[in-house]
Amino acid sequence: MIKDQEFLKKKATYCLDLAKKLGATESSVVVKNSVSETVNFRNKKLDEANRSDDLGISITTYVGKKKSSISSSNLLIDNLNILMEKCVETTKNTPEDEFNSLPDKDLLAKEVIDLDLYDESHIANDQKIDYLEKLESAASKDKKIVNTESSFTQNKSNFVLANSEGFCDGYKKSSFTASSVTVAKDEKSMERDYEYSSKCFLKDLDDADELGKIAANQTIRKLSPKKIGSEKIAIIFDKRIAKGILSTFASAISSSAISRGTSYLKDKVNQKIFSDKINVFDEPDMLKGLGSRNFDSEGVKTDTLKLVDQGILKHYLIDTYNGKKLNLKSNGRCGGTSNLYFENGNISFEDLLNSNSKSLYITETIGHGSNIVTGDYSVGATGFLIENGEFKYPINEITIAGNLKDMFQNITLANDLEFKYATNSPTMLIEGMVVAGK
Amino acid sequence: MSNFFEKSDLSRKDAESIISDTLQKCDDGELYLENSKSESILLDDNKIKNSSYNSDLGFGFRAISDEVVAYSHSNEISKNSLKQSSENLKSTLTSVKGTYNHEIPKSNKKYYDNINPIEQKSLNEKIKILNDVNDYLRSKGDKVKQVTANFLGEQKSVEIIRSGGETLSDVRPLVRFNVSVMVEKDGRKETGVYGVGGRQSYDSYLKDDNWKSVCDEALRIASVNLESKPAPAGEMKVVLGPGWPAILIHEAVGHGLEGDFNRKKTSAFHNLMGQKVASEGVTIIDDGTIDKRRGSLTIDDEGTPTEKTVLIENGILKNFMQDRLNARLMKTRSTGSGRREDYRHIVLPRMRNTMMLGGKQTQDEMIKSVDKGIFAVSFGGGQVDITSGKFVFNCTEAYEIVNGKIGSPIKGATLIGDGPSILKEVSMVGNDMMMDPGIGTCGKAGQGVPVGVAQPSILIDKMTVGGTKL
Repeated sequence: MIKDQEFLKKKATYCLDLAKKLGATESSVVVKNSVSETVNFRNKKLDEANRSDDLGISITTYVGKKKSSISSSNLLIDNLNILMEKCVETTKNTPEDEFNSLPDKDLLAKEVIDLDLYDESHIANDQKIDYLEKLESAASKDKKIVNTESSFTQNKSNFVLANSEGFCDGYKKSSFTASSVTVAKDEKSMERDYEYSSKCFLKDLDDADELGKIAANQTIRKLSPKKIGSEKIAIIFDKRIAKGILSTFASAISSSAISRGTSYLKDKVNQKIFSDKINVFDEPDMLKGLGSRNFDSEGVKTDTLKLVDQGILKHYLIDTYNGKKLNLKSNGRCGGTSNLYFENGNISFEDLLNSNSKSLYITETIGHGSNIVTGDYSVGATGFLIENGEFKYPINEITIAGNLKDMFQNITLANDLEFKYATNSPTMLIEGMVVAGK
Repeated sequence: MSNFFEKSDLSRKDAESIISDTLQKCDDGELYLENSKSESILLDDNKIKNSSYNSDLGFGFRAISDEVVAYSHSNEISKNSLKQSSENLKSTLTSVKGTYNHEIPKSNKKYYDNINPIEQKSLNEKIKILNDVNDYLRSKGDKVKQVTANFLGEQKSVEIIRSGGETLSDVRPLVRFNVSVMVEKDGRKETGVYGVGGRQSYDSYLKDDNWKSVCDEALRIASVNLESKPAPAGEMKVVLGPGWPAILIHEAVGHGLEGDFNRKKTSAFHNLMGQKVASEGVTIIDDGTIDKRRGSLTIDDEGTPTEKTVLIENGILKNFMQDRLNARLMKTRSTGSGRREDYRHIVLPRMRNTMMLGGKQTQDEMIKSVDKGIFAVSFGGGQVDITSGKFVFNCTEAYEIVNGKIGSPIKGATLIGDGPSILKEVSMVGNDMMMDPGIGTCGKAGQGVPVGVAQPSILIDKMTVGGTKL
């Protein structure tokens, strides 16, 4: 059982009171408990069962404009006393930073709305096993599938965020996640792919049979890949890769990268950075949303932001510290985005495939090849050659490269957006990138 | 040394009896206790941005029956909590009929001292060095626009209690010092990053103003990149410099030689044991026994003493890296490679310090032999798809080679290759074998562990460079 709000609030209040006694002028505390239970299957047999119970506390204390923080998984009073003393002592010895402070009081969330993020239901390990048996039997039907690994996790968490300005709130969240990883083999090659489903509510989780089938099909179609020559070509990013490009955009507009001057999108507010029709939203109050929240990690209320309007950048993602540095108010994005997405484009997936006589459809990228300082982008990739709208053959051992500045100006989106992750994108076409192969 | 039972209602004797009771008829398993203390002090944008301290305590209880692993962890070291974990394990392993393997090798060798690096240097001294770094780099001219520097220090005490009460313990120090600098010229921005670290005191790396050489190297990389041109695209010859570029070895063959992927036959190497997987003259080892290195361990996280494991000898595949579970199932012995990020995670076979041994040629000979290609000196990181064997790594400092001469610097690009075949493309192995500076962290299944790499300069005859210039 996860700890209740009362337990967490008691610990939080204890630390806030102690901080004050020890000489801190301001302080904030997060206490979090998370319990998860996982069952892993391999080749239709139980492989691993794992239960974890994590309790943690993190405390930040201020003495004037000096700041320091500690965290611990040991919540016994004796230990908290030692740590709090150490924290306040360290704070006093840390140099001042004029921008250090708690959030402005009037920006703090006033109430917590029920966003439907917690499901009371509990799925016992036996039922997880039933689900995984069904999943793996669907995944391993084809003889080309030589290995299946799948997993089911239930996670329940509860937290409290409190600060010396009187803010003290938190709420429970749950998630149910199933995944399937399959390996297929033929004479020439061995390939791996996966499918995944994660939901706040157990009843919304994808069907086991369907999930296994998709994983297997996605793997089998990658067999016997070819390497192609180096050329300039249109790239179509599968949704699961396109969302990564949106995440890179989010890190480039974080107020920390902007205030430090380490983003190529610095000073680009009210400028056109995407192609005309592109709109980007960050919507925290989506019911059952995987990234939904009432307030950010400082307690600041989060409202929906239209980050990009018709290709024009409208907002950075601002927290208190960097906001003060930039002379901007926090918009509740300490800790990043909530439910971030590209609005649907106006052509279908099929039309997107047909928009060039030849293009590459990318289903996986590897490597950490995005540089938000320069905008340079270069990653290893796996996918398919598309000719006249049809999947011709699988491709691997290539890289795709470009610069995000140009890539963003050449994006066309399909109208197939779905909310599968916290950050989501429709299928994405980018013209004019360079493929390196043979 | 931590006394895990000091402030608990759970006595060592109680714990031993719960462990022995739970692991009856299991093939293997143990209680893993961990107490770690870590600090991070960060200077950024002219200010001390963060000073934080973390103290983490917990246990992980594991029971293994045949291929099935049951695991339960908690932060609370108490009778109740351990009993609940025991119940969890028992409820997973309902029909156990194995024999507990009590055998575990012993060694008295230690590869680092029992120190707490955090307490060996005062906060004020650390803050002073960070401020000195900032002033030093910013004094190097107007082009320096941003400086970030940080200290990361840790002391991790672990204890492993096996069925029957056998206890193994280790205290592991680890430090890292990093500098990142951003420069700007004519509106163009580039960054350079460098760091040092290992399992000894901060002063071992920073005394006598050694921090200046870390700053100089970060600034040098950033400055080189200001002059860089677009990288070429396509297959060509690649000369890799010595030291840190050995993450090529880590990604291309290291991961594929970990026991779990080979037992499951999902690694591109699983059916290549005893076969030629690299050119003659290529020998690769994974060594946990190098004194005070970042990837070294006195014992692994199952209690097995680490060793020097020969993976590839003169081109022939000789060994996989094993933890106890995969070793038992593959009927071999553990190579002391069982590692975990912390008590929250299960043990997996992992790399320690992965190294390609030196050869005879000089770097000069390699560069002279290349008509068209690139010379890669510094890298960001890499990744591999174990199953297809395809791997990438990202250059952060590289030059074009034209007609046997080093030319202009080129922009950061991803290099991609095929693990099982890339080492057959190695046509020269240098005589300048070098360790990395001690900054590597390897990720696998969501777990990060400190690792090291080393290699001499090498010439690879064919590799795909992911630039933009056709």
